[in-house]
Amino acid sequence: MKVIIDNKEIIANEGETVLEAAKRAGLKIPTLCHHPRLSNYGGCRVCVVEVGGMNRLITSCTTPVSDGMVVTTDSPKIRETRKTLLELILSDHPNDCMTCDKTGECALQDLAYEYGANVKENPYDGAMRQYPTEDKNQFIIRDFSKCILCAKCTRVCDEVRAVGAIDIMKRGFYAKVATSFDGVLDCEFCGNCVDVCPVGSLTEKLAKGKGRTWETGKVDTICGYCGVGCGITLHIKDNTVIKVTPTEKESVNNGALCVKGKFAYDFINNKDRLTRPLIKKDDKFVEASWDEAIDYTVKRLKEIKEKYGSNSIGGLSSARCTNEENYIFQKFIRAGIGTNNVDHCARY
Amino acid sequence: MDEVEKTDLIFVIGSNTTEAHPVAALGLKKAVRYNGTKLIVADPRRIDLCRFADLHLGHRPATDVALINGILKVIIDEDLINKEFINERTEGFEDVRNLLSRFTIDEAERITGVPKEKIVKAARMYAGAKNALIYYTMGITQHSNGTGNVLSLANLVLATGKIGREGSGLNPLRGQNNVQGACDAGAISEYYPGYQKVNDEKNREKFERLWGAKLSEKIGLTATEMTEAADAEKIKAMYVMGENPLISDPDINHTRAAFSKIEFLVVQDIFMSETAELAHVILPASCFAEKDGTFTNTERRVQRVRKAVEPPGEAMEDWQIIMKISNAFGCKMEYEHPSQIMDELALSMPQCAGISFDRLNGLGIQWPCPDKAHPGTRTLHKERFTRGKGLFKPVEYIPPRELPDKEYPFTLTTGRMLTHYHTGTMTRRSAGTNEHVKEGYVEISPEDANRLNIKNGEKIRVSSRRGQIDIKAKVTTMVSPGIVFIPFHFKEAAANVLTSRELDPIAKIPELKSCAVKIEKK
Ligand code: SF4
Ligand code: SF4
Repeated sequence: MKVIIDNKEIIANEGETVLEAAKRAGLKIPTLCHHPRLSNYGGCRVCVVEVGGMNRLITSCTTPVSDGMVVTTDSPKIRETRKTLLELILSDHPNDCMTCDKTGECALQDLAYEYGANVKENPYDGAMRQYPTEDKNQFIIRDFSKCILCAKCTRVCDEVRAVGAIDIMKRGFYAKVATSFDGVLDCEFCGNCVDVCPVGSLTEKLAKGKGRTWETGKVDTICGYCGVGCGITLHIKDNTVIKVTPTEKESVNNGALCVKGKFAYDFINNKDRLTRPLIKKDDKFVEASWDEAIDYTVKRLKEIKEKYGSNSIGGLSSARCTNEENYIFQKFIRAGIGTNNVDHCARY
Repeated sequence: MDEVEKTDLIFVIGSNTTEAHPVAALGLKKAVRYNGTKLIVADPRRIDLCRFADLHLGHRPATDVALINGILKVIIDEDLINKEFINERTEGFEDVRNLLSRFTIDEAERITGVPKEKIVKAARMYAGAKNALIYYTMGITQHSNGTGNVLSLANLVLATGKIGREGSGLNPLRGQNNVQGACDAGAISEYYPGYQKVNDEKNREKFERLWGAKLSEKIGLTATEMTEAADAEKIKAMYVMGENPLISDPDINHTRAAFSKIEFLVVQDIFMSETAELAHVILPASCFAEKDGTFTNTERRVQRVRKAVEPPGEAMEDWQIIMKISNAFGCKMEYEHPSQIMDELALSMPQCAGISFDRLNGLGIQWPCPDKAHPGTRTLHKERFTRGKGLFKPVEYIPPRELPDKEYPFTLTTGRMLTHYHTGTMTRRSAGTNEHVKEGYVEISPEDANRLNIKNGEKIRVSSRRGQIDIKAKVTTMVSPGIVFIPFHFKEAAANVLTSRELDPIAKIPELKSCAVKIEKK
C-alpha cells in the first residue's frame, strides 16, 4: 500500500506502524518509550504526527498505516506539542544533568535540547516525586525520581528475558516501577533494563562516576564467557574497561547479554593480575625478565626432549584463547616439540 | 540461533540453558511464549527452563541413554518413524531396532525414574512435530565419535528424519566461549586443524609441507590422559596455556599429585591459578579485551575479537608469547598480526578456506566457508551427511560406574550456575559477580534435608571415596530426593574434590556428571 509521509511517497507493508514506515524511509521521528525489539506502548507521546483528515495528533508508534494515508512528521503544531510534553516530564525530573551518569547519551536531555524545552523556569509547578534511590544489589542503581515511566525496562524484562522481575505499580502521579511488594531488586541481573532505559533512572553501579560517553572509546568485540558468543561493546577510558553494553550492530544476541557478559569485566583490572614473568627458585617465585623466562623455559624443554623424547612433553591449550592462539600453540607442540600431545580441557 | 523461530518443538536435554547459555535461552523462551513452540526439558533438576516446558522429564543423573532409548522404543513400536528418510538417507537402522527389541519401556522407567506415561508423551510429541530441534550441552566436540548420549540422540533424530533442514537438528551448546574454535584449530590430540586425523599419512605430509617440519605419527594424549601420564611419570614437562586443570578436572587430589610430579611445568595465564602455583615458570598473559583475533561460537560462527586495552605491566598477548618460545626453540614463526595466523589457518583447514579478517565484521561467518566469495553455511548436513549416509549406531545403557550405596547414598551431579563461570578465575575476581554470589553451595531436597535434620544455610560435610568438602546447604525443590548438586566454580568448596575420573571410553570425557557421596552434619 502507498502512504505519503512528509510529501514522500512510501510503499508501506501491511500491519506496519507509521513510525516504522517513516523510519524505513529514512525519516526521523523522536521517541522515548519506543523500542524496535519491544511491543508498542504509546506512553510518552513524543512521537506524535499529523494525519490528513484527522483533527488531533496521533502517536505514530501505535498507529498502523492505511492505504493513501497522508502523514506530516514535523510542523509548528507538532513541535509545540512535543515541547509541551517534554516540559511536563521535566517538571517532575531532578534535572541534575551535571552529575548524572547518563549525560551525553540521555534521550530526554537530547530532546529537551532539540525542542528548546524550558527547564530554567519550570512552567508546571507542582509536587515532585521523592523516592530514595535503591542500590542494595551489586549491579544496578535504581533512581525512581528520574524515571519517565516509559516501561521499556518492564517490557524488556518480561518480553525479552521472560523474567518479569519488575512492573509498573499504581497509577498517575504515584506510578512507579517496582518489584513484587516494592522490595529490593533480586533477579537475574542481566542488565537489559539498564541497557534500554532512555534516561538516568537505571544505571550501572560499577560504572558510576567512571566516565561520560564522550570521554570513552568504544570497541566492539565478542564476550569471553560462554559459547553463545554475544557481541559486546567495551567502553574504555584511560586504558580501562569501565562499562560493557550489548553491541548496537547486528549480532547473535540482538541487544541482550547475561550477568557475566554485562557485569563480570572488572577482573581485567584486578590488582592480582600477573604482570611479570616468574621463575620458581627454592620453592619461591622470583620476578624475571621476558628474556630470562623464555631462555630458561626453552632450555628446560630442550633438555627434557633430549633426555626423554618428544612424547614426554605435553601442551594444554585453551578454550578461552583465540583461534589464532590455539592454532600456533598446537603448531608449536606438533612441529616444534614434535609430539601430538596437545589438547585442551574442554572436552567436557 | 534464530533457527528456534522456525521449529515446532524444542527438546532440551542435559542443558541448564538459562544459566549456562543465558542468551541462547532467550530464543527458546520467546519461541515457546510467542510462537506456540512446544518445549520438552529432560534434566534431573527442576531447572528454570521447566517453567516454560510442556513436559519435564526428571531422569536420574547419567541415565540419558536409557531415557532416549525409551523414547525411541515408543517411536518404533507405535510406528512413528520416518521410513522414507530412513531408507534414503541412513544406514544401520535395523541394528538399532534389534537392540531396542530387547529393551522395554518398563525398564526405561525403572532406570530413569521417569514414569512411562511421560516417556510415551515425549515420544509422541517429538515424533509428531513437523520440525524439532534438540539442544544439549556437555560438549561432545565435533570431531569425536561422541559418547552414548549423543549417539542415542542422533539415532532419535535419524529415525524421525528431523535433521538437515532449518528448524530441525541436533545442536550442542558449548560450555566455554571458544571450545569450538580450539577444536577447529587443532588443539585436540588426534586431529590437525580442521579435524584431519594425525595418523593419516596424507594429512601428515600436507602439514609437514605447510609447517616445514617432521611430524609425529603417533596419536597424542588427551588432557585427561596427560594427567594420568604425568602421574605415571611418563609426561615430564608440560606447557599449560590459560587452563586451570587443578580445579576443572575431576578428582582434584589426584590431579594435584600428578601435576606435582612434573619435572618442568610452564603456565601461561592472567592470574596465579591453582595450577600456576605448581609451575616452574609463569608467563603473564592477556585476556580477551587485550587482544585481536577470532572466537568461534557454538554454531560455528567465526567472530572478530578486538583489542580494546593494553595488558597490564609486562604481560603479553598469548600469541606473542607462543611465538617467542617457538622461535627460541628453533621452530620459526613470523607473524606480525593475528590476521596472518588466520590466513595460515585458512590454508590448513578447507572448512575455513574463505575466511580472513577483512571479511569478519558484524555477524562473522559460519563455516564451512570454502572460498572468498562463499557467504558461510547456516545448517549443516543440508543435502547429505558429510560421510554419505547418516549412520545409526546402537547404544546400550551402561550404568554409571559409581552408583549410590549404603555408605555413599547420594548421587552428586555438578554443573554451572548463572553468575559464575568455569573455575571462577574471572567472575570471582570481578567485584560485582563475586559479591553477588560469594560462596559455593550444595543443593539438597527438602525431604533429605528434613530427614538428616539439615537447615538451609547450614555448613555440612559432603564426602566421596576421593575426598571431602565442607559446604553450605541450599535446601531446594530444584533437586529430587537422593540427588545433590554442586556448582563447580568455587575453589574453597571445589566439587571436583569429590568427582571421579572414570573416563568415558570413547570421548575420553570424565564422568563429571555423576558420582556417589555421603552427607553429614558438621
Ligand atoms: S536486570 Fe534483567 S532480570 Fe533484572 S530487572 Fe533488569 S531486565 Fe529484569
Ligand atoms: S553475555 Fe552471557 S550469554 Fe552472551 S556470550 Fe557472554 S556469557 Fe554467554
